[in-house]
Amino acid sequence: MSSTTLEPGAVLDRPPRGSKRENYLNVKHGLKSWLLTIDHKRIGILYLIAITLFFFLGGAMAVGIRLELASPQGDMFSAETYNKLFTMHGVVMVFFFLIPSIPAVFGNFLVPMMIGARDVAFPRLNLLSWYVYMTGGTLSLTAMVLGGVDTGWTFYAPYSTTYANGWVILTGVGIFVTGFSSILTGLNFIVTIHKMRAPGLTWFRLPLFIWSHYATSLIMILGTPVVAITILLLAVERLFHIGIFDPALGGDPVLFQHLFWFYSHPAVYIMILPSMGVMSELVTCFSRKRVFGYKFIAFSSLAIAVLGFLVWGHHMFVSSQSIYAGMVFSVLSMLVAIPSAVKAFNWTATLYKGSVSYQAPMIYAFGFLGLFLIGGLTGLFLSTLGTDVHLHDTYFVVAHFHFIMVGGAIMGYLGAIHFWWPKMTGRMYSEGWARFAALVIFIGFYLTFFPQFVLGYLGMPRRYHVYPEEFQILNVLSTAGASILGAGYLIPMVYLLVSLFKGKKASPNPWDAKGLEWQTPSPPPTENFPSTPVVTESPYNYPGMEDERDRRADSEHAPARA
Amino acid sequence: MSEFSLFPESASTFAGQVDLLFWLLVAVTVFFTMAISTAVLIFAIKYRRSKSPVAEPARSTLVLEVTWSVIPLCIALFIFAWGADIYMQMNTPPDETLDIYITGKQWMWKIQHPEGKREINDLHIPVGTPVKLTMTSEDTIHSFFIPAFRTKMDVLPGRYTTQWFEATKTGEYHLFCTEYCGTKHSEMIGTVYVMEPDEYDAWVAGGVAGMTAAEAGEQLFSGLGCATCHNPNSGARGPHLVGRFGTRQALDNGPAVLFDEEYTRESILNPQAKVTAGYKPVMPSFQGQISEDNLMRLIAYIKSIGADTASGEESE
Repeated sequence: MSSTTLEPGAVLDRPPRGSKRENYLNVKHGLKSWLLTIDHKRIGILYLIAITLFFFLGGAMAVGIRLELASPQGDMFSAETYNKLFTMHGVVMVFFFLIPSIPAVFGNFLVPMMIGARDVAFPRLNLLSWYVYMTGGTLSLTAMVLGGVDTGWTFYAPYSTTYANGWVILTGVGIFVTGFSSILTGLNFIVTIHKMRAPGLTWFRLPLFIWSHYATSLIMILGTPVVAITILLLAVERLFHIGIFDPALGGDPVLFQHLFWFYSHPAVYIMILPSMGVMSELVTCFSRKRVFGYKFIAFSSLAIAVLGFLVWGHHMFVSSQSIYAGMVFSVLSMLVAIPSAVKAFNWTATLYKGSVSYQAPMIYAFGFLGLFLIGGLTGLFLSTLGTDVHLHDTYFVVAHFHFIMVGGAIMGYLGAIHFWWPKMTGRMYSEGWARFAALVIFIGFYLTFFPQFVLGYLGMPRRYHVYPEEFQILNVLSTAGASILGAGYLIPMVYLLVSLFKGKKASPNPWDAKGLEWQTPSPPPTENFPSTPVVTESPYNYPGMEDERDRRADSEHAPARA
Repeated sequence: MSEFSLFPESASTFAGQVDLLFWLLVAVTVFFTMAISTAVLIFAIKYRRSKSPVAEPARSTLVLEVTWSVIPLCIALFIFAWGADIYMQMNTPPDETLDIYITGKQWMWKIQHPEGKREINDLHIPVGTPVKLTMTSEDTIHSFFIPAFRTKMDVLPGRYTTQWFEATKTGEYHLFCTEYCGTKHSEMIGTVYVMEPDEYDAWVAGGVAGMTAAEAGEQLFSGLGCATCHNPNSGARGPHLVGRFGTRQALDNGPAVLFDEEYTRESILNPQAKVTAGYKPVMPSFQGQISEDNLMRLIAYIKSIGADTASGEESE
């Protein structure tokens, strides 16, 4: 789409380098063109910038925490400051980084492109969601600057409603507001996936990334209102002393835990399901082979989303909840392991007889698997009643959820960045540095969090500012690992930014991947596709997987495709 | 208690069971992690692009997918059942226990022994004796955790929770608060001293010569005026409490309840909630007029004249 009559001004930032193709990045310039954009791709970039800032902010707090814990005494921060640090670390990482991360950045960028649409169903709502997110983020950051909050990211009552000093309500309002950005994003994805698929793109021709985002969106719109209500009730009790959670006012503190985890457990699946979607894309692309067990992976995402709503009580085995409720929640939590295992087995089987290459995104995918397996399997220790009583609220839990939420979710997120970076920016990054960073992150991660499993089994409680001396060796190991991990996260920042200026130009399809997003130039034009694509083949139709053979195979043991 | 080790001390009857299950889980984790990682490595190397330029189709079959769903499911259900069994034991104290009362507050543990001895942040118990803790909090939620015993239970304001254990080894063990409770949460710790029974008896008898918890409770019972109505005279305004504790209590306004610590507590603080059959809801509330410590002493007294110890005259 080279144009001969360029507008004056538009040409200024672009050195003459052959023919100028208009794309979503260069079509308009200036801050206003970004802040008022309704292009889903630009909104994805806005989210990318914002969540990156939050990630490094939350990361800086983690550095503070790990430094303090290098010695058993409280010699770096006061107890109050330390408690605020881990609270804000959790709040920032969970609500302002992990929950929006893949859906808001890559979901926004890719959902319309993968289904051959021009944009999401409600582009203005999409922009609104970013502003809502930024408003919420700003409110919570303001609370932090004004003095912070020390309740832990879980805000357990009655500590949060009656005993905590600090900016509990303002932080809560920030989370409350940000929740609506999740709801808007989820709503947009569901409607977009239902109504805007390209001709011929039936449900079972959708990329698995779309299935996982569909499942995630369901959780977002069904779960988020519950945490909003919970925060509201918390504020009502704190402000007006109306007894809801505090027994001194006639409330029930366990009710808070039920309400909080009813959202916050499914929220874990908001964080991990999109990563699983990324995994499916990476594994199939770098094996050049159709993903193994497509339908099983697709439905396992839905199964995880549904089961995720039925297991919140496994956070409460020693909370005074009925022991019979504990048993029901325990057995239901065990069931979540099955769809997760199904995914892991199918990814592994995809490699079988594949044509495997080890480009950077695939290295991140291997990393994801290595961390997710440990994270998922250690979940069994905590859903098992007899062992959870001992491990609950110890460092074992901290290690477990970091393996899932940091190991799994962030490895997936980084895999996504490396996979779709050429599409988003039109540039290739340094392959060598990217593989090196993946390795550093993997090693740093293991060194940081593996010792914490042992600490937890030994009985070291979480959220401890000072601790008995015999736990020091393992804590020092963990802190040492954290410094490697921190460096590992900084390396991609550098080479990715460098690639924007010095990177090789990316071809439309640098990985030889299937999927509609690779059939349009990199970076794509604003309207995504020159003309609406028509889909005629099954997903991941790599050489050797031709439809001819599919049809034969399908007619043998699967219902005919729509 | 203060040497570096990779394994926690095990000093209760639960510890061995929990550890066995824990190590089974470790084995399951190692097995699946190794199996999948090895498969990934082998496939990634064997089918690398230079050796395998074009992938061959391999399709999943229902049999395969069901197989690798059902096997983990069976393992998970087996682990569930085992874990549930241990959990049931942890929640089912034997009939005969040494009952110790715990009150948590920011940031200390107050401990009351039945014989009257009180201590703060230390818990002395005899070895080889089932001990039951009845716990409550004066402010926010705490959690009472003894890693060497593998037991833990949240300690909540406004209600009683219990945990029990039987120590198997004398020694000193950590006691931690494991529910975040504010600034000095990490200093809400203490030491559990497991002693030989005769040493414990000597310890509990020594020091402050005082009243037992039940005796102190009896004093409160008359001091607060409870005895005015709760006496054996016919026509008394409240039910006589001898022989009641530990029995089922018929109510005027609801199904029968077990007369236990929780019910006693509720009846003192919120008497109108569950009124004994045949009596009028006339008792005033003692909410805010009685500390958690004194509540526990009152309960110790009412328990001491309860069904187990008294002749069981009025139990119904």
